[in-house]
Amino acid sequence: MKLYCLSGHPTLPCNVLKFKSTTIMLDCGLDMTSTLNFLPLPLVQSPRLSNLPGWSLKDGNAFLDKELKECSGHVFVDSVPEFCLPETELIDLSTVDVILISNYHCMMALPYITEHTGFTGTVYATEPTLQIGRLLMEELVNFIERVPKAQSASLWKNKDIQRLLPSPLKDAVEVSTWRRCYTMQEVNSALSKIQLVGYSQKIELFGAVQVTPLSSGYALGSSNWIIQSHYEKVSYVSGSSLLTTHPQPMDQASLKNSDVLILTGLTQIPTANPDGMVGEFCSNLALTVRNGGNVLVPCYPSGVIYDLLECLYQYIDSAGLSNVPFYFISPVANSSLEFSQIFAEWLCHNKQSKVYLPEPPFPHAELIQTNKLKHYPSIHGDFSNDFRQPCVVFTGHPSLRFGDVVHFMELWGKSSLNTVIFTEPDFSYLEALAPYQPLAMKCIYCPIDTRLNFIQVSKLLKEVQPLHVVCPEQYTQPPPAQSHRMDLLIDCQPPAMSYRRAEVLALPFKRRYEKIEIMPELADSLVPLEIKPGISLAAVSAVLHTKDNKHVLQPPPRPAQSTSGKKRKRASDDVPDCKVLKPLLSGSIPVEQFVQTLEKHGFSDVKVEDTAKGHIVLLQEAETLIQIEEDSTHIICDNDETLRVRLRDLVLKFLQKF
Amino acid sequence: MPEIRVTPLGAGQDVGRSCILVSIAGKNVMLDCGMHMGFNDDRRFPDFSYITQNGRLTDFLDCVIISHFHLDHCGALPYFSEMVGYDGPIYMTHPTQAICPILLEDYRKIAVDKKGEANFFTSQMIKDCMKKVVAVHLHQTVQVDDELEIKAYYAGHVLGAAMFQIKVGSESVVYTGDYNMTPDRHLGAAWIDKCRPNLLITESTYATTIRDSKRCRERDFLKKVHETVERGGKVLIPVFALGRAQELCILLETFWERMNLKVPIYFSTGLTEKANHYYKLFITWTNQKIRKTFVQRNMFEFKHIKAFDRAFADNPGPMVVFATPGMLHAGQSLQIFRKWAGNEKNMVIMPGYCVQGTVGHKILSGQRKLEMEGRQVLEVKMQVEYMSFSAHADAKGIMQLVGQAEPESVLLVHGEAKKMEFLKQKIEQEFRVNCYMPANGETVTLPTSPSIPVGISLGLLKQEMAQGLLPEAKKPRLLHGTLIMKDSNLRLVSSEQALKELGLAEHQLRFTCRVHLHDTRKEQETAMRVHSHLKSILKDHCVQHLPDGSVTVESILIQAAAHSEDPGTKVLLVSWTYQDEELGSYLTSLLKKGLPQAPS
Repeated sequence: MKLYCLSGHPTLPCNVLKFKSTTIMLDCGLDMTSTLNFLPLPLVQSPRLSNLPGWSLKDGNAFLDKELKECSGHVFVDSVPEFCLPETELIDLSTVDVILISNYHCMMALPYITEHTGFTGTVYATEPTLQIGRLLMEELVNFIERVPKAQSASLWKNKDIQRLLPSPLKDAVEVSTWRRCYTMQEVNSALSKIQLVGYSQKIELFGAVQVTPLSSGYALGSSNWIIQSHYEKVSYVSGSSLLTTHPQPMDQASLKNSDVLILTGLTQIPTANPDGMVGEFCSNLALTVRNGGNVLVPCYPSGVIYDLLECLYQYIDSAGLSNVPFYFISPVANSSLEFSQIFAEWLCHNKQSKVYLPEPPFPHAELIQTNKLKHYPSIHGDFSNDFRQPCVVFTGHPSLRFGDVVHFMELWGKSSLNTVIFTEPDFSYLEALAPYQPLAMKCIYCPIDTRLNFIQVSKLLKEVQPLHVVCPEQYTQPPPAQSHRMDLLIDCQPPAMSYRRAEVLALPFKRRYEKIEIMPELADSLVPLEIKPGISLAAVSAVLHTKDNKHVLQPPPRPAQSTSGKKRKRASDDVPDCKVLKPLLSGSIPVEQFVQTLEKHGFSDVKVEDTAKGHIVLLQEAETLIQIEEDSTHIICDNDETLRVRLRDLVLKFLQKF
Repeated sequence: MPEIRVTPLGAGQDVGRSCILVSIAGKNVMLDCGMHMGFNDDRRFPDFSYITQNGRLTDFLDCVIISHFHLDHCGALPYFSEMVGYDGPIYMTHPTQAICPILLEDYRKIAVDKKGEANFFTSQMIKDCMKKVVAVHLHQTVQVDDELEIKAYYAGHVLGAAMFQIKVGSESVVYTGDYNMTPDRHLGAAWIDKCRPNLLITESTYATTIRDSKRCRERDFLKKVHETVERGGKVLIPVFALGRAQELCILLETFWERMNLKVPIYFSTGLTEKANHYYKLFITWTNQKIRKTFVQRNMFEFKHIKAFDRAFADNPGPMVVFATPGMLHAGQSLQIFRKWAGNEKNMVIMPGYCVQGTVGHKILSGQRKLEMEGRQVLEVKMQVEYMSFSAHADAKGIMQLVGQAEPESVLLVHGEAKKMEFLKQKIEQEFRVNCYMPANGETVTLPTSPSIPVGISLGLLKQEMAQGLLPEAKKPRLLHGTLIMKDSNLRLVSSEQALKELGLAEHQLRFTCRVHLHDTRKEQETAMRVHSHLKSILKDHCVQHLPDGSVTVESILIQAAAHSEDPGTKVLLVSWTYQDEELGSYLTSLLKKGLPQAPS
C-alpha cells in the first residue's frame, strides 16, 4: 500500500492512496497562496496600481519591467493571477478510480484534475460540499473573468531569470506548473462527476474496498473518510473541528482501530483561540464604527461568515450598532445565505431543532428581513445606490488579489478611521497587504481557524489509537516562527511518518487475511473437531470462486458418475487428479493399542520390536512391516491393495485430519 | 434452519394501520405504527398484545422504523410507546421527525376535543414519544446494534418518505413504506439500488391500476376546476395538509398565473403556512427542478392561495378550497362538503385514495344519499370527481421497483386482497420469485441459507488464485485448508499453518509397496522402461528420471531393485505419503499390470 503525496500544503491536501486494487485520491486542494505574488485585479481602474514603477535588475537592466512591478519594496507579477496545482507527474492520474472530497475548501483543484488528466472515475462528496464548493468556484471564476487582463507574464518564470529575482518570487516553487483559473464550463463538467453521499454511508468500490464519510465538525457537510476492507482500515482525517459551531459534531468513535490514520488539515494558527478571536473581532468592529470609520472583512462567501453573522446578531443591539448597515458582497452571496438554511440535516443539534419548529436555522434570515444585513452580487448596480457610510462590508477574496475587496482596499486604505479585519487564516495578512502599502487604515488580525489544534490532536490520537500516523512534514516540527514551541507538533508513538510534496510513502501495512464466504451447503458438511478448549478445527476442501473481488467457497463437485462403459475409456482417463490432496495428519499412535486393534481385526501374528526412535510392528505372514515413530508411520508391504487399505484405515483411526 | 418471519399487525390485505413485524436472524423489527381511518374503536390501532401479553415491548423489539409521516403509518406511535410501553429506538428521517408530531397533535385534538374521546394519548405523550426518535439520513448505514443495520432510501410519496433496508449479516429485508416511481411537481421518484434482499415488502395500493401520464391527469384536473369556477360553482378539494396539497397548490398557482384568473383559492387549515415552511427548509428532499431554482424562486411561496376562514364557505360566487382531512371523514373538509353538497353547480374533487367507511369512499363508490349523524340524510347533488393524484406507485411502478431491487421473494401489504391477488400472480410470473400476501396476524416464514463469512489467510488465497490463472485449471480445483474456530472468530488457513499455530506436529504417514516385475534386464534399464511407460501415460504429470536411477511421479518415488532370490524378477519399490494416496495407489496397480514390451 502506497501513498503518493501531490500537495505540500498541509491544509489543502491532495494525496493518492493505492489500497488493494484501487487507486483513491484523497482531496484535491488548490494552493492559492501563489496569487500573493501577483498584483491585485482592480474592479475599477486604479491609477495607483497602474502607475507602479517597473522593476529592474541591480545592474539597471529593465527587460522585465513590463512583467514585474515594484510597490513599497516588494515586487509583484503584473499578470492574470495563477495557482499552484498539485503534482500531476508523480502518478498517472488517469488511473485514479475515485476522488474523495472532505470539505468544500479541499476541492478547488478538481477541474484541473478531472478535465485535463484523462480522469474517468467518480468523485464522492456530500451535498453541502458540492453546493458550497460550486459557489466558491463560481465566485473565483467570476472574480477573475470579470476583469479581463490582457497581459500574461511568462518571462519571469524562466529558471535563469527567476534566480535573479528578489524573495519571495525567487523561492516560489514549481512556477512552470502554475496555471490560470479554470472556466465555468470546466467547473460544471468537473462537478457533474460528483456522486452525492451521506454520513455513514457505506460505498463499495469494486467489491474490494469500502469507503465511508464521517462528520468532521469543521464545515457544512465536511467529512473525514474511512477506507477499509474486512481486515484493514485507513482513516483519512482532514479539516476536523471539536468546537461547537454550526456543523454537525465530529464523529470520533468511528475512527477507532485504524491501522493507519492520515492526518491533515489542522489549524493554521495553533496559538490563537477562535473564541477569543471572535470577541476581538466584534470589539474592533464596534470601536471603528463608533469612531465613524468603515470596517472591511475579507472573507469567503461561506463558512466562518455564518458564525460571524450569528455573533453580530447577538451583539449589534447591545453594542448600539443597530443602525449601521452590514453589506455582504459576492456574486454568490444570496445563494450562500439561502443554501445555509436548507441543510438542516448537516447542522449541529441546536440548529436542527430550530427547523422542527419550523424556523430557519441561522439568524441571518432575521438580519436580512429587518434590513440590517444586505447582500449584493457586486459593487456595481443596486449597491452603489444603497451604499451608506460608515458601514461594515464582508467581501472576498481573502487574498486581496481579486474580487470586490480590492475596490474597498483602494477606497478606504488612505484613512486611519477605517479598519480591515482579517478573519480567514489561509493567507498571511502582511503579504496580502503588501501591494497596498503605504496604508493608513488600521489592520487587525483575528484569524478564526476552528480546526484541530495540537492538544486536541494528541487527545484524539490517544482515544482512537491508530497503529500508525501519517502527516505532512510541517506537523512533525514546530512552526518556523516559533521553533522553541515543542508543544506545537504531533507527538505520538510510534512517531508519525511524515510526507512532503512529490514523495511516495510505503505505508506500514501487513495484509494477512481476506474475507471469503462459505456457502451454507459446504458449511453443513464440515466436521469441526475440538482440539483445545474453545478451539475447534475443521478440514475444508472446497472449490474457490472469485467474482468482482468477492471470494466464495462452494462444496466440491460430486465425483462424476461413471458413464457405464458407453464411451471407450482411455488409459489416461483413470489417472487421478493430483490436485485432489488429502488432508494433513497429526497426532501419534500408541503402539499397544494399535497392536490390540490389529488383533481385533484378525491379524494374529503381530510382533513388535523396539527401535531407537519408536517401534516396528511386523505382520510376518503378510511380509508387512509398520514403522511407528512419534511423528511418522511407514507401512511397507507387498503389492496387496486390500491389505494396505485396511492397515491405512486402522492407522488413520488414531490420527486427526486437517 | 435460519429463517425470516413476517407478521402484519395492520395493512395485511388492507389499507390503513400499517404495522408489520419482521424477525430476521434473531432480531425483531417493527415497521410502521399506524392508525386506521375507517375505525373509531379498538381496531383503529394495531393489536400489540400479539408481540407480548405481559412485559414491556422493549424486551421484544430491537427497533421500530417509521417510513413517513402519514397517520396510517405513525398514528399509533404515542399509544404504542407511552401507553403500551416501548423505550427502544424509533428510526425515521428528519422531515418525518419534524412533521410527525404536528400531525399526531392534530389527530389527538380531533379525537379528544371534537369527539370527546377519553383514554387517548396526551400532548405530553407525543413529546415523550418523539424523544425516543433517532433521525436518519438517506443512505446512511445506521448500526442499531453490532449486528443489525438499517439504511434509508428515497421513496417520493411525501416529504421525507423513505424505504428501509434491514440487514443482519448477509440477510436482508427491504420495506418500501408508501412510494412513488414517477416524479411529480414537488417530489422526486423512489430509487433503490440492486441490493438483492431476501424479501421485499412492498405496498400495493394501486396493484391493478396503470395510470395514464401525469400530464393528462393534470390537464384534466385543471380543466374541471376551471369549468366549474367559470360557471360560478365552488370547488372543494379535500387533502391532507402535507403532501398532495403542496403539489396541487403549485399546479393551481401556475395555472392561475398563466390564465390570469381572479377567482379566490383558499387553503383551509392553519397548518398551511407552517407546512409550506417545512417544504422550504427541507427543500433538499424535493425534486431536482425545485432544488435547482429555489434560490431564484421558492416554489412554496404562493401568491394566489390565501388562508381560509370558516365564514367564507357561505360567500356567494365561485371559489376553490383546499380543506383537510383528505378522506372527508371529519373536520373542516366534511363541514364544507355538507354545505355545498346540495348544489349541482359545485364540485368535489377527491385527489387521493379513500379508506372504506369514510364519506370519501362512499361518494366515490356512487352513493348519493348519505346518512349523517343524528339520522340526517344528506343528498349529494354536487359533482363528484376522482383524480388519482395520490403518490403511490401503480402496478407498473411496483414491477419496476421489484426489478430494481431484485429480491429473492416479495410480500405485499397496504392494498386490497383482490387486487393483491392479481399483482401476486404477475410478480410470480414475471420475476419467478415467490410472492406472499398475508392477512393481519398471519405469519409468513421464509427459510434462508446465509453464507458464512470467514477470514482466509492471504497466502492460501493468493496461492489458489495464482493457480486459478493457469490454463490447465479448467477442471474445478479444490482448495484445501483448515478452518480454525476460536470463539466467534473463523479463519481459514493452510493446514500447515493451522498445525503450527496450534503447536501440533504433523504426523507423516508413508506407504512403500513392493511390486514384482518379470524383467531380466538390469535394474537401471527397468527404471528407464518404467520412466518411459509412465511418461507416455501420465501426460499431465511431472515424471522424472533422476540421476541416482530412481523415477519420480510428482512426489512419488519409484526405485527398482534386484530380487534377492530370483534374478529374472525385479522389485519396484513405490513410496508415497498419505497426501498422494490416490496417485500412489493408482501407480502400484498400473505397474502391477507390467510394462509394455520394449521395442527391440
